[in-house]
Order: sequence, then C-alpha cells, then structure tokens
Amino acid sequence: MLGVELASLVERASTEISAASDLETLAEVERTFVGKKGELVALKKTLGGLEPEERKAAGQALNEAMGQVAGQVNERRSVLAASAEAAQLAGERLDLTEVMSDMQRGHAHLVTQARDRLEDVFVGMGFTVAEGPEVESAWYNFEALNIPEWHPARGSFDTIFVELGEPEQVMLRSHTSPVQIRTMETEKPPIYIVAPGRTFRTDTADATHLPAFNQIEGLVVDRGVGLGDLAGTIESFVGAFFGHEVKTRLRPSYFPFTEPSAEFDISTPDGGWLELGGCGVVHPNVLANCGIDPEEFQGFAFGFGIDRLAVMRYQLDDIRELVNNDVRFLRQF
Amino acid sequence: MKVLLSWLQEFAPGIDGDPVELGEKLSALGLAVEEMTITGQGLDGIVLAKVLELSPHPDADKIQIVQVDSGDGQPLQVCCGAFNMTVGDLIPFATVGTTMPNGMEIGVRKMRGQESNGMCCSATEIGLGDDADGIMLLTDKAAESLIGQPITTALGMETDVLYDLEVNANRPDAMSVAGVARDLAAALGVPFAFPERTVERTGDDASSQATVEIIDPDLCGRFTARVLQNVTVGESPMWIQNRLTALGMRPINSVVDISNYVMLEYGQPNHVFDLDTVPNGHLQVRRAADGETMVTLDEAERTLISRDGVIANESGDAISLAGVMGGLSTEVTDSTTNVLLEMAWWDPPSISRTVKRLNLPSEASTRFRRGADWGDNIDRAMDRFCELIAETGATICPGQIDVPGNTPAQEHNTVRVAKINSVLGTELDAATMVSHLGALGFESSASGDTLTVSVPSYRWDSIGSNAAEFEHNIAEEIGRLHGYEVITKTVPKGEQAGHLSEYQSDRRAVRAVLLGMGCDEIQPMPFLAPGDLALVGLDDDDGVRLSNPLDASESVLRTSLLPGQLKSIAYNQSHRNPPVRFFEIGHVFMPPKEGDLLPDEREFLGIAIAGAEAPAAVEVLNTLASVLALPNVQVRNPDNLPGMHPTRSAEVVIAGRPRGVVGEVAPSVLREYGVEGRVAWLQLDLGEVLGGPHGKRNYTPVSKFPSSDMDLAFSIPNDTGADKVRNTISKAAGKLLVDLDLVDVYRGEGVEDGHRSLAFRLRLQANDRTLSDDEITTTREAVIAAVQKTNKGQLR
Repeated sequence: MLGVELASLVERASTEISAASDLETLAEVERTFVGKKGELVALKKTLGGLEPEERKAAGQALNEAMGQVAGQVNERRSVLAASAEAAQLAGERLDLTEVMSDMQRGHAHLVTQARDRLEDVFVGMGFTVAEGPEVESAWYNFEALNIPEWHPARGSFDTIFVELGEPEQVMLRSHTSPVQIRTMETEKPPIYIVAPGRTFRTDTADATHLPAFNQIEGLVVDRGVGLGDLAGTIESFVGAFFGHEVKTRLRPSYFPFTEPSAEFDISTPDGGWLELGGCGVVHPNVLANCGIDPEEFQGFAFGFGIDRLAVMRYQLDDIRELVNNDVRFLRQF
Repeated sequence: MKVLLSWLQEFAPGIDGDPVELGEKLSALGLAVEEMTITGQGLDGIVLAKVLELSPHPDADKIQIVQVDSGDGQPLQVCCGAFNMTVGDLIPFATVGTTMPNGMEIGVRKMRGQESNGMCCSATEIGLGDDADGIMLLTDKAAESLIGQPITTALGMETDVLYDLEVNANRPDAMSVAGVARDLAAALGVPFAFPERTVERTGDDASSQATVEIIDPDLCGRFTARVLQNVTVGESPMWIQNRLTALGMRPINSVVDISNYVMLEYGQPNHVFDLDTVPNGHLQVRRAADGETMVTLDEAERTLISRDGVIANESGDAISLAGVMGGLSTEVTDSTTNVLLEMAWWDPPSISRTVKRLNLPSEASTRFRRGADWGDNIDRAMDRFCELIAETGATICPGQIDVPGNTPAQEHNTVRVAKINSVLGTELDAATMVSHLGALGFESSASGDTLTVSVPSYRWDSIGSNAAEFEHNIAEEIGRLHGYEVITKTVPKGEQAGHLSEYQSDRRAVRAVLLGMGCDEIQPMPFLAPGDLALVGLDDDDGVRLSNPLDASESVLRTSLLPGQLKSIAYNQSHRNPPVRFFEIGHVFMPPKEGDLLPDEREFLGIAIAGAEAPAAVEVLNTLASVLALPNVQVRNPDNLPGMHPTRSAEVVIAGRPRGVVGEVAPSVLREYGVEGRVAWLQLDLGEVLGGPHGKRNYTPVSKFPSSDMDLAFSIPNDTGADKVRNTISKAAGKLLVDLDLVDVYRGEGVEDGHRSLAFRLRLQANDRTLSDDEITTTREAVIAAVQKTNKGQLR
C-alpha cells in the first residue's frame, strides 16, 4: 500500500520538479513534497501504525524516496539558478565605451618628477638629500666657496641680490653649493649628500632661460677620495639615470671651489658628447673654511641642472612652460 | 679667446694634423673648443670691388643704390642695406652666381624696383671675424691695383683653422696665442719656442727721456717702458688687420692695431702715452686719493677711490687708470711722434675691484684680473711691439725702463707624490710627474716622495696661498697633461645607507596624497610685484626686496603662496582652460628675525581649488591630518584672516599652535587678481607641521564583538562649532566610542532660529564583550545630557 503510494508520489514530484520553470515554483514544489508539512513528511506519521518489521522497511523506503526527491530538487535548482543568473547578467549589459570621464588625478610637476628620480638614484648609491635656504649670505654663496669679493668668477654668477644687510651681502643663491658648506659645517665626514633645489640668476626669461631654475649638486667628503672616484660616481649615476649604454667623460675646467675641476659630458646616440655639468675635487680651502682638515679628508663635488633634464627628456621648446602653470601643459605628464 | 692654427704654428711648428683632432686635444686640456671654423674657403666669386657712386633708392629708406667697379672698370648697380661706405672705398663684393659660405646664392634681383647685381659683404659674411655691422672696408689703399681679384688674394687670406676657445678664469696664460700654443705643444709632445725678435735701436737711451717711480709696490709688481720716436699713426699692414679681424677685433690704426696684436699674441696688455704730453717724461704709480678725478680715453670723467690704481705725471695728475683704461690727456693722436710704451704687471684684486666698481671691462683688464705674466714675457712683448712698429717707420730708442714692485712670491714649493696620486686617483711615479710639469713650463725635481716645483711667472693662479692649495694646483696640471679620460674610474662606498630624511619622506607622502586627490602641482616663481602682498591683505613691506630685479614686477619675495596661485588660476581661466585644483610646496620669505641677517625662510604648502567652497579645503586638511597622523587638528574662527572670506575661513591649529589657514579666499581679493568664481584655499607651514608631533599611531586590536550604532541629532546654536559638539560627545561616550561622524547638517523649518541641526552617528563597541542594552542606553543618555549642558544642544 505504502509502496504504491510512494511510487506515485515520487513520480508526481519528479514531474513537477521537471516542470518548475523558475526558482520560486521549484521552492513551492519542494515545500509540497519534502517541506515540513509536505506530503512525504506526512506519510512519516502513518508509520507509527505499522508493525515494527514493516515499519523499518517502510521507513527505509520513505527515506530513500525523500532523498530521491530532494536530490532532484537540488539538481533542478542549480540548473534554474544558472539560467536565472545568465538572464540577469544578460540584462545588465553595459557599453563600456560610453564612459564619459576618468577619475581625476593630479600631475606632479616635471621638475619634481625629475628631482624625485635623481634623489632615488643617489639614495640608492648611498647618498642622503640635503636642503638649505634659497636666500643666502655672501659667506655661504661665495666666500666659503673660495670666491673672495674681488674674484673675477663672482661676476659670472649674475647674482640677484636682496636688500638686506650691506650691499651685495645677501642674495638669492646662485647655486646649491651653499648647502654643501652648511652640511660640512655641521656634519663630520664621511659625508655623502646631494643637494637639489631652486637657484637664481639675473637671466631674463626666454625659451631657454629662467631667472629661477633648479640644480642638484653632490658632495662626498671621505678619506682619500679623488678625481677617479668622482669620475666613477658620475659614470655610475649616469648609467642608472640615463641607461648603461650612455658613457661619460671629464674635461678639465675651472671652478673656484674645486681643484682640479672638470666639466662632465655624456655620450649621445649620434656619437657626440653633451655637456651635463661641472665637477671637481673639493678645494682644500673650502674644506678648511668648514673646519674639515684637508690633510685628513678629501672630497669631490658635482652639479648640474634639473630643469634641463626635463627639457631634454620631453624636448620642450620653451622652458618657461615650467613656471607658467598652464594645465594644458601640466596635465601632459 | 680665438686662435688661428697658423698663428699657433709660429710658436710650435709641430702643431699639425687633423683640425678636429687638434680641437679635441685642446678641449681635453681644459681649453674647450666652442666653435671651429675653416677660414678662407668657399669664397669663390667674391672679389675686391671699389665703390664708385652712392645714391638714395628712390622708393626705399633702408637701402641705397651703390655703383661698384668689380674689375671691368664699368659701374655695376647693386642695392645695399648698409650705409657705412663712402665713394672710393674698397670692399669685398659677391658677384652674381656666387654661393656664399652660408649657402645663400647671389643672383640678379630687383629690390623695390631697382636692379641689384651682386652683394656688398660684411666681414662676417666672408668668415672674417664677428663684425656684421656694415660692409667690410679695406683700409689698405695699395690694394686698389687688385680690384676684380679674388678677395682671398686681395686680403692675403690663406686657408686656416680658427678655434674659439673657452678660457677659464684660472688660465691667464691661455689668453694668448703663445700660451695656447705652449699648452697644445706640451700635450702633443712637440717643441715650443718663442721666435727671436730683432729690433734696431737708435737715439737717446729711454732712461734719459722718461723716469718711473712706483709709490705703491703692492699695486704694481713691475713697470717697464720704452721710448719710440718718429711714430706715425696710419694703416697697419693687411696681415695684421686680417688676424685681428679673425680674432674678433676691429682694425683701427697702426698703433692701436699693433698694441692689440701684441696683447693677443703674448697675452701682455700694453699702453702708449704721447710722451710729449707727459712733463719731463716722469710717471708715478700710486693709489688714487678718495674723490680724485681723471678723464679716461672714452672722455668720461671718473671719480676714484683709494683702492684704485693710477699712473700720475710729475705734478700728481692722474693720466691713466692703471691696468684698466688710459687717460685722455696723454692719448696718442695723429700728431703724436714720441711715444712712451708701457708694459706692467698689476695686482689682480686691485684691477678687479676697479673694473667692477666702474663697470669698465676690457680685453686688457680681463688679462690683468686673471694675473698676467710678470717675467720675461714682458720683455718679449716689448721686442715684438718694437719690431712691428719699426716696420711702420718708427725709431726705437735703446734701453728699457724697468722698475720692480712686489711680484707674487711663491711661498710653497713642495708637493707629495702620494698626495697628488690620491687627489687624482692615479698611480703616477715622480719621474712622470716631473716630465708632465716640465712640458707645461713648471720646473721640478724629485727627492723621494717629494717634488720641488717652481711655478712659471705666467701661472699666477697656480701659486696658491697655502701648502694644501699648492698641491691641488699642481695635481691639476699633472692631471691635465696625464689626461682625465685615462684616470681609472672607481666608486667610493660610504659606510651609511642612503635614505631620505623623515621630513623628505613625509613631504613625498603629502604630495602623493594631493596628486591622488586630483591636484596638479605648480611651481610659480617666488617673485611678486610690489603691492601683490597688500592685495591679499598682507603687509607689503614684509616682502624682502630684490636689489637688482630683472623687472619691477618681479622685485619682491613672497611671504605667502596665495598671490602666485591666484595668478596661476587667473592665467588658466583667461585661457579658457578646464577648472583647476593646484598645490604647491615652496619657500616663502618672512622678514629676518631680530638679529638675523637672512629672512625667516619657511617651506609652505598651498592648495587652491577653483570653483569650490570652503569645506573642500577643510576636507583636504582632514585627509592630510589623517595621512600624517597630526594630533589635535582644530580649525578656529578668528576675526579677519588676511585675504580670506570673513565668514568662511579659519585658522588651522595643530597641537595647540597656529599652522595655517583654511577656507575661501575673500571675494575682493579674487576680484583684484581677476579670478572668477570661488576659490577654496588651504595654506600650511609645512616645515612646522612636519617638524612638530605627527605620525604617531597606536595599534588597537580590532574587536571581535558586535558593535552598536546610534544616530543623534541635536539643535545647536549657530555660534557653537560642530567641533565643540564633537568633543563633548567624544568625552561623554568615553572608551566605548569607536567611531564618530557628522552625517547631516540641516538649517530650516523645524529647527529653532539661530540654530541648526547637527546629526552625529556614533558607533559603540567593546573589545572584551558584547555591549548590553543597559550600557548602550546609559551611554546615550550621558551623551545627550552632556551636549545639553555643554553646548546648549537639544536632542531633536
């Protein structure tokens, strides 16, 4: 009796499960047959009236039937769920070329980009980054650097003076070398620093000049360092910054604060040389001016323009764009 | 300094070979070749012509009609834009069909309706010197027989190589052809020698015609003079004119040209006096008296100071500004016959100071400032001058007046081989060093590790003021000749790790966050116009003034980043650019603190958001506060922040100290700067902010227990800051409060007049338990009571 009823119930459930076309209908079918008040569960209650032997067999059969139905429901559910999700996704279709704007991001100034990269390379070479004031005294800008008041080189700096103190005693720094002096005055060797920053000259702004521009200088003071270490340091830096195929060379030159002095060139792809900056072995008078014994320590220094690197990299035809702050320029980089 | 290869070869015939390679050798010596030109080539078709007639162009003011004879005796018409010719002048003339050295082709042209059959040439156009002003006029009338001949023949030009060298301030010797030849010969290993000069002398000895007294021997190291008679001022020979022109000097007359020629050749500036204008031929060399005056050759009256040097006559009148410029009263003129030729050595700092003070730079003073030669070179230059002037018919009297002053003394003369190798990074032996030095004229001898070196009189720069400097000077000479390019490159390794300072890292973090928020970084120049600071409500007098600004609009140093940013915004608005949000990290310059010489310089951060209201700037501030973990950031509303919107601005107070301003720029300021719309503005003293307490973060374990949220809205009087209410809530809720946000601000219907509704969301949570309903209720009541008591806030 129970067996017949079970078979018919399972068959009916199976039919309805297959016929359920959405998840809700399927849930209803599930409730109808195997829910708490479902028909199969209701049959369980009739088991109490059976003989123990019979009850065991009937119980087993009922459980099998319930398992069968539940299995079919689950199977059907995953089919329906998959097609429901597919339908939902199909309805969510977007045309991603309809997006109208990007998330606004800021643009670091070209000089900052170049400066950060230079700092990173030198930090990697064991240097720290030193900074100092942009308005300086004649001591830091000239005298401590072995450029006395009468020295012909003073004129070549085209200094912008400010109206503080005695005439020509306070000025906008014409190079970042004063930072070298300030560092040597306060720190004991070994010293490995680079000093990036803004510098000033009485250059009228045009396509290739600005009265305010940026330089970076390096200074090493240690035992026994000389021109060979300078040449090696420059080559190492240039390789890291410009690529290892770029070569360097030193040519004798003159700066009051270094002796021997040199200009340094980097090789260009066409086989020529491009002058990048000045360098040299720190003049012993400069060390002595900072309280460092030139007999115990030697030093070397080098410097070059940062703005020019940006100009070279992007082939800018007008350096004034660096201070015009036109967003049509700034947002290109 | 320019030099011709042929001229160098007069001192060192062995200097020969590929001009480019010779140029590279010069550069490697520290005499950088800025330009190399092959001269006397590519001038085919350019002939000597004579100006026959000059007449105005009927339809043009800036060109004239010139009739020239280009060799056939017939007038040929050309149009010319220069007006320096007179009838009879001999000029270089490019005939029709000529291709000029610069590639220009000369054809028959019509200029404003008038035919032009060729081109009159300037010196520059035919590769002779820098003089592009006007047509080159040949002064040698003897060339008249050469009309129609190639200009190279007429001028005696030969193919030559012209090097334009960058000579550094430490190379007085290289300001001469002979000095460059000496350096190059040393590098090439070829002989260098001064040609012998022979001069016939007649008449009375110079010492019987003139006397010299050096009163200040520190000013003048050596004063020599010779007497020349029967001097006639005329044209100098063409070859001298050509060389002067090539080296960039304009030929003037025989005396001046020879003077310049000798200066260029030997690096020895010289001066000629009309001896008949010097009473009894007596000269005194002394410092000027303060306020003393004299008229220099340029007819300007100069007022002197006691540091200037002068040459005076026997009555004490200054007749020459020593080493800088001669005096008008003793000038050599067409009527001069007797000349006193002076060659001296002047103290470089003295000359430098006078040149700078009077702004009188010259070829002569440039050489004296760098330190001319006080030795035999003077005698050689004397001989050369006399030889050349004798060829113009002058007579040279025997004898040379030669009065010594104080020449530079070489106080240090030993260097250590090991130290030089250490400075250069080389391993040279003493013999090699002696050899390099010898080639450059530094005599030296080795004894163990020590060299004894004597500096030649043409290298004043190398003497040095102390032993260490001397060693470095000598190291440079050895290194130069050894060759910088062959020094082994090594990389020293410091003991410490490279790193950015905490300040520098933090500054980068600030920049990165601002970039992420869509702010573009700008770098305006720090110069302002007078009045710019006043326009933003600051004291204009606080702005440090520049003494020599390029322009009045760039004559004041900024004390705030605001003016520069407003100018940048206005610039972008005027170009119809998209809306801008800018930030800048830069220095500002406050007046010096009491007792300081330098301004109180600070690094500021400024952020301007165009088109935004004040809260946008506060949001930036809050984000920065979070990035840097700034403790206790408050915005306070004081009266009248300079340049700021009176009711939409606040002072930023961090850990109890004022560090900047936040809010909106005052509409009146925006109008002054031509900025449209609102501008949200935040300026912080970045140096102080990052120098102060920040970055301290304490880890709190994330609670594993549920949290409970509650929203409380209060009606709060308008003059009570939301931050005050926030503080009250924070204190009252105590440790259970893990989050507190202001989620709504409402003004309007349903809120009492003079009040607004502030809605806060509180999240309560404990680390060790689930909060009980009682605890939550108690906290809620405590918060409500506290806001009521402290902020007069009613729960809504």
